[in-house]
Amino acid sequence: MARITLDHIRHAYSPEAEARGDYALKEVHHEWEDGGAYALLGPSGCGKTTLLNIISGLIRPSGGRIAFNGVDVTDLPTEARNIAQVFQFPVVYDTMTVYDNLAFPLRNRHVPEAQVDKRVREILAMTDLESMAKQRARGLTADQKQKISLARGLVRADVNAILFDEPLTVIDPHLKWMLRSQLKQLHRSSGFTMVYVTHDQTEALTFADKVVVMYEGEIVQIGTPTELFERPSHTFVGYFIGSPGMNVMPAAVQGRTAVIGGQEIALAGTPKLGGEGRIELGIRPEFVRLERGGLPISIDKVEDIGRQKIVRARFAGHPLSIVLDEDQDIPADAGARFEPGAIGIYANSWRVGMEA
Amino acid sequence: MEKTWNNKAWFMVLPVLVLVAFSAVIPLMTVVNYSVQDTFGNNEFFWNGTQWFTDLLRSQRFWDSLSRNLIFSGIILALEIPLGILIALNMPKKGAWVSVCLVLMALPLLVPWNVVGTIWQIFGRTDIGLFGYVANALGFDYNYVQDPVDAWLTVIVMDVWHWTSLVVLLCYASLVSIPDAYYQAAKIDGASRLAVFRYIQLPKMRRVLTIAILLRFMDSFMIYTEPFVVTGGGPGNSTTFLSIDLVKMALGQFDLGPAAAMSIVYFLIILLFSWVFYTVMTASDAQN
Repeated sequence: MARITLDHIRHAYSPEAEARGDYALKEVHHEWEDGGAYALLGPSGCGKTTLLNIISGLIRPSGGRIAFNGVDVTDLPTEARNIAQVFQFPVVYDTMTVYDNLAFPLRNRHVPEAQVDKRVREILAMTDLESMAKQRARGLTADQKQKISLARGLVRADVNAILFDEPLTVIDPHLKWMLRSQLKQLHRSSGFTMVYVTHDQTEALTFADKVVVMYEGEIVQIGTPTELFERPSHTFVGYFIGSPGMNVMPAAVQGRTAVIGGQEIALAGTPKLGGEGRIELGIRPEFVRLERGGLPISIDKVEDIGRQKIVRARFAGHPLSIVLDEDQDIPADAGARFEPGAIGIYANSWRVGMEA
Repeated sequence: MEKTWNNKAWFMVLPVLVLVAFSAVIPLMTVVNYSVQDTFGNNEFFWNGTQWFTDLLRSQRFWDSLSRNLIFSGIILALEIPLGILIALNMPKKGAWVSVCLVLMALPLLVPWNVVGTIWQIFGRTDIGLFGYVANALGFDYNYVQDPVDAWLTVIVMDVWHWTSLVVLLCYASLVSIPDAYYQAAKIDGASRLAVFRYIQLPKMRRVLTIAILLRFMDSFMIYTEPFVVTGGGPGNSTTFLSIDLVKMALGQFDLGPAAAMSIVYFLIILLFSWVFYTVMTASDAQN
């Protein structure tokens, strides 16, 4: 169990790429708390697996240092870092039994056999694998194999952190739910520092205390699920988290007012703009109201998704999504009203602060 | 509906039957025919029963060449399999050197058997051969024409040179198919180099090794051309393997009956070994 310090970490996959400034992982500078459950969330190719492999030592970063509990481990090989990692596709030792698979990491570290047995049985029980302990891993299904990989990741009691690289990709949806909540439970009971890579926002939001959203090799926001939802600090976070994502429209700002297509929208405060580049206004579909006398919009279609309705509309030529309760009527001459407190102003994609 | 019976469809199989008959059945039956008869020429045959077989199994000459063959196969398997695995493990997995290594490895396999024999025949000669000359100049008493040990050494080294590549290529193909995640997981699990080999690489190579061992056994058990070119079976009879002996008997002495009996026994031995080996390997596979 450890606090993980990422000290100005960056990585390029080749010296040529580094010379071009073509980093797979741009500078990451953060401290992750001991015992935290972190999810790395982002689209494919955003650098989340790279970051994970840097933590486990499978990749040595081109720049920066990494420390566990304040001890620099940048130059330590994977074996010496005392890390557990579960991969996207099941890795099992075919010729061994399920039991031996779990015992393998412990035996390699010369743990006394009595302790190995105790620990392996504990984990077998926890992951529901007891019934197949004596079976060879070869004939098992992908689901079962991945469960073994997971169990092998959990078997060592003294690891600094457990890293999961999209571990539930090959698992079917029903079992996915179960395993995810088991992991969550396990995190609560064990206090391991866990880092979980995924591109599935539901998975990230249910598993983690803190979600780390990555985009094009950068961490764009670290926050609780609520923070990510209510105050996305980058338009990408707004777009990536939530379904449908945040509405983002180019805007001009004059004091406490934003102007889009000649329409004035009241803000909760005065954005602290340095006069820089592209200014956008972002608002979640959940915070847009439909009422008479609001901003003029034209409604394209209404999607009924069960408990909610999604209204797809256009406002000043920009697409605008609105989420309504199922039983809410849509007036014929409806206009939109943005809740001032839920509006964020973005300069060059980054959220700017507001003065009251 | 009434089924119509029409056996004319059997004619469709006729071409294959004819082909197989001419390529396999008839030649084989000819051998069987010779093995139970005696002839003094003029195409006159006399029934001889199992006489040739009993003679063969009682002859020291047959057992000598058979044991030479078994020892030879044993030695080259013991050398080529571990060596092949070792080379495959150390070949680069990616980069420009991959194709260089693969081509170098494939080269010996492309050389015709008798050319391999000729190469080593000259290479080992004490008067003009690079190896033979240098060895003698350095004070080693090496002469494959006169010394049985040197003759064996030459034939074995030649076979290792010629065929280790096959084992390497087979093993290499299965090694590169192991996903990186396995090696990464092994690192995470703190596995030693030996454990990685024992639990990841070897299980993955198991199938191709079965094939490699089978191929190398059958091939080395039937070896003819290379030792024939290099040593001609000598000095004395020291490198006379079954095939060489067979040719001597059939074409040298023109003893068609005994030669035919020997051919059949020879064939049965290879079949038996291959069957036993294959059964054992697949049985342990199924057990897993």
